[in-house]
Amino acid sequence: MTQSAGSERKKLVVVGNGMAAGRVLDELFSRAPGLYDVTIFGAEPRVNYDRIMLSPVLAGEKRFEDIIIHNDDWYARNNVTLLKGETVVRLDRAARCVVAQSGLSVGYDALLLATGSNPVLIPVPGAELPGVVTFRDLDDVDAMLAAAARGGRAVVIGGGLLGLEAAAGLALKGMQTTVIHLMPTLMERQLDPNAAYLLQKAIEKRGIEVLTGANTSAILGGERAEAVRLDDGRTLPADLVVMAVGIRPNSRLAKEAGLDVKRGVVVDDYLRTSDENIYAVGECVEHRGQCYGLVAPIWEMAKTLAGDLAGEKTSGYVGSTTSTKLKVTGVDLFSAGDFSEGDDRDEVVLRDPARGIYKRVVLRGDRIVGAVLYGDTTDGAWYFDLLKKDADISAMRDTLILGQAYQGGAAMDPLAAIQALPDDAEICGCNGVCKGAITQAIASKGLTTLDEVRVQTKASASCGQCTSKVEALLAATLGAAYSAAARKPMCKCTDLTHEEVRERIVAKSLKSGPAVMQELGWKTSCGCPSCRPALNYYLLCAWPGEYQDDLQSRYVNERVHANIQKNGTFSVVPRMWGGVTTSDELRAIADVADRFKIPTIKVTGGQRIDLIGARKEDLPAIWAQLGAAGMVSGQAYAKGLRTVKTCVGRDWCRFGTQDSTGLGVKLEHLLCGSWTPAKVKLGISGCPRNCSEATVKDIGIICVDSGFDIHIAGAAGLHVRATDLLGHVETEEEALEYCAAIMQAYREQAVYLDRLYKWVEKVGLENVRAMIMDDHDGRRALYERFMKSQRAVRKDPWAERVAGRELHEFTPLAVLAPIIPETV
Amino acid sequence: MSAAMKQAQDFWFDIGPIAGIPRRGARTVRTPRREIAVFRTANDEIFALENRCPHKGGPLSEGIVHGRKVACPLHNWIIDLEGGEATGADKGCARAFPVRIENGRIYLDMSVAAAP
Repeated sequence: MTQSAGSERKKLVVVGNGMAAGRVLDELFSRAPGLYDVTIFGAEPRVNYDRIMLSPVLAGEKRFEDIIIHNDDWYARNNVTLLKGETVVRLDRAARCVVAQSGLSVGYDALLLATGSNPVLIPVPGAELPGVVTFRDLDDVDAMLAAAARGGRAVVIGGGLLGLEAAAGLALKGMQTTVIHLMPTLMERQLDPNAAYLLQKAIEKRGIEVLTGANTSAILGGERAEAVRLDDGRTLPADLVVMAVGIRPNSRLAKEAGLDVKRGVVVDDYLRTSDENIYAVGECVEHRGQCYGLVAPIWEMAKTLAGDLAGEKTSGYVGSTTSTKLKVTGVDLFSAGDFSEGDDRDEVVLRDPARGIYKRVVLRGDRIVGAVLYGDTTDGAWYFDLLKKDADISAMRDTLILGQAYQGGAAMDPLAAIQALPDDAEICGCNGVCKGAITQAIASKGLTTLDEVRVQTKASASCGQCTSKVEALLAATLGAAYSAAARKPMCKCTDLTHEEVRERIVAKSLKSGPAVMQELGWKTSCGCPSCRPALNYYLLCAWPGEYQDDLQSRYVNERVHANIQKNGTFSVVPRMWGGVTTSDELRAIADVADRFKIPTIKVTGGQRIDLIGARKEDLPAIWAQLGAAGMVSGQAYAKGLRTVKTCVGRDWCRFGTQDSTGLGVKLEHLLCGSWTPAKVKLGISGCPRNCSEATVKDIGIICVDSGFDIHIAGAAGLHVRATDLLGHVETEEEALEYCAAIMQAYREQAVYLDRLYKWVEKVGLENVRAMIMDDHDGRRALYERFMKSQRAVRKDPWAERVAGRELHEFTPLAVLAPIIPETV
Repeated sequence: MSAAMKQAQDFWFDIGPIAGIPRRGARTVRTPRREIAVFRTANDEIFALENRCPHKGGPLSEGIVHGRKVACPLHNWIIDLEGGEATGADKGCARAFPVRIENGRIYLDMSVAAAP
């Protein structure tokens, strides 16, 4: 570029006076002061300020004066003409000038578009009401502060970076604040579910209510916003509504001027638009298909662009890797790069439940590709730097997760590592137990097992994450005398056993999958096919009616409510209560079989009828037709109550002593729908001849003249085992209550996938007898808890799906018709 | 425009929104030649595999999705979603198909998905 000084200076016009424009000019003036005559159009009536710091202004931690980047003096010093409050309405590319709303027209040699972005307004009724604000500029902050001064309730729509910062600020200003977020977890683009769980906990601790999975359907109000209505019908009163659901590049001017615009103004690596005299920078641009809403990429763009404007040869802008930090005081949160899982990736996870710390670094080979840090973000910049530099971390892999301060030491095996620790080194953070206390207890009290150490010292008795350290201490202290073989961890994701996990779910009030994984220090970020169904069951059992069943953690049969067959079709088994049916039911079954061309109809061992070979997409229609005839799901697929097999009993049989069929029907009604650790089958026989084979069932009842003998823990599968007699009751009411209590004890205590007999073998028959037959209050309480959990599952799952629940499960995502060859 | 380019453009079929598939779940896409399972991971990545386990033809779309893998519902083979390879000691591969995400919608390359 040839350029003589003075009046011949080229004219640079900048549209937009935000951070991007300011940064470009700073960079330009430091490279080539006085090269251009600069005119800036700023729509806001003020100088350039640090938009990122609006959150602290809202929170009252900073004043506007503190966040000004360029004061009036700067503009004067650099001969920049700032036209405050002048909105550009048109670009005239032919005449090379821009036209403002006021009619003012300014010519340019080079034009820079730095129009930023606009907040997205969700198009719901009432969105235009007074009292609905966005969170974008100082005027928005002023509006929020004014509302906060009046007090009352605020609803923030959007649980992303901006929304949470707004909510924290408003709560700090004394408003009763609710955040509603469409997705199931907060900041889902930046955080994995584990970090999101910790974040939600921290946000809620500030008294902010968080509703996830909440979809806004309308903003209600007459003169001004009064409430937000969700699509599930809930209404949240609101004196102030903040929409913070995202931003969209502001590319209107460019588009109207005919420049290439996709999501944003399309620029090349030198920030040039499709018109060689027009540049664009910042949030309004789209570069290599990417739009950015964070500040770091804008700084990088500004550098390249300023170099280009100054006539330097630059290598161009190649795009940015971004990182995120949340600016809410007291919440430390950092994420960068790509933290999705993959086979070519490894992850290193560190959790410290007592201090609420979660760190996850994702590696591909010997390179960091992503990081999520919560609670301790000291090393965020370090990981981010290693990531951007694509640095080889193989030398420090073992200690990488501990952070920068821990690099340089040599790795040790766990036993040597634990022996090298000083006596006052803390082993168990939850209970503050140091190494010396543990080794001393082992030696002086003669402890030999993990459980003994837990009882005596409390070490690893809370979250259990230091279990392996305590075991290493036992091994180091006892030498060959210690064998750790007795304990079997739940899966490779944790060192805890099933029993220990169950215990802690209740003791620590853990109510979601991510909560369990965080608080109990899961070694993987979201579990495996082995622990996920187990955790889902344990949570469902511990928090009936409260925990949301996670269908994606269920085996297909329980998710689809039918049994998958080897060819991918399903089998359908309606309930036949106690094995009793009617001609109408049989007719309905026959009609279904005909209409849906069911290839095989089979009578099952549990006294009912199995329709085998149904196509998945036919299931809802099959259920609808069976439902119309009064039939419901037989749960033949469930870890739950399957069948109650009966004999004909007193009404017909010459040997019958009680109404065994009637009792079976009542028991099936009482117990059905309940989820259990493994399947449960019952048998009721009307006399000791035992025609219903009750003595190989999980629970069997043998009717006798004086009442009912209750048997438990039979099996007739891989293992064959006759039942044990638990006890005798006199009335049918008692039989029902005792059976429900047995079910509940089994539900609460057994390891997932253990059949009832396995549980009894582990707990001991005598203990079960004491629980059910002797402790009347305890049994009553078990029965009450069973009935409470039944209230949550009383709906027929088939009828629910006929009514439209989980519809996506039964329809393909798309059906693509044959491609017709193009005729030219 | 060359024929090859036109083909490349025309055969990306819109098969629906990402939100149409539950996280850690799958849906099927029926095409004239085969059924394809389209998976969505916890991190919103999308993968497409032929809906047949290399072991005994089990419908992979019905399996439990964990990380970037799926467990076949019939015999618990663990299949890598990215290339369709069986993991661990098991050997076999479910065919993988190219997908693309644009503005929250999933596109399947039918020039591959419809090929023999």
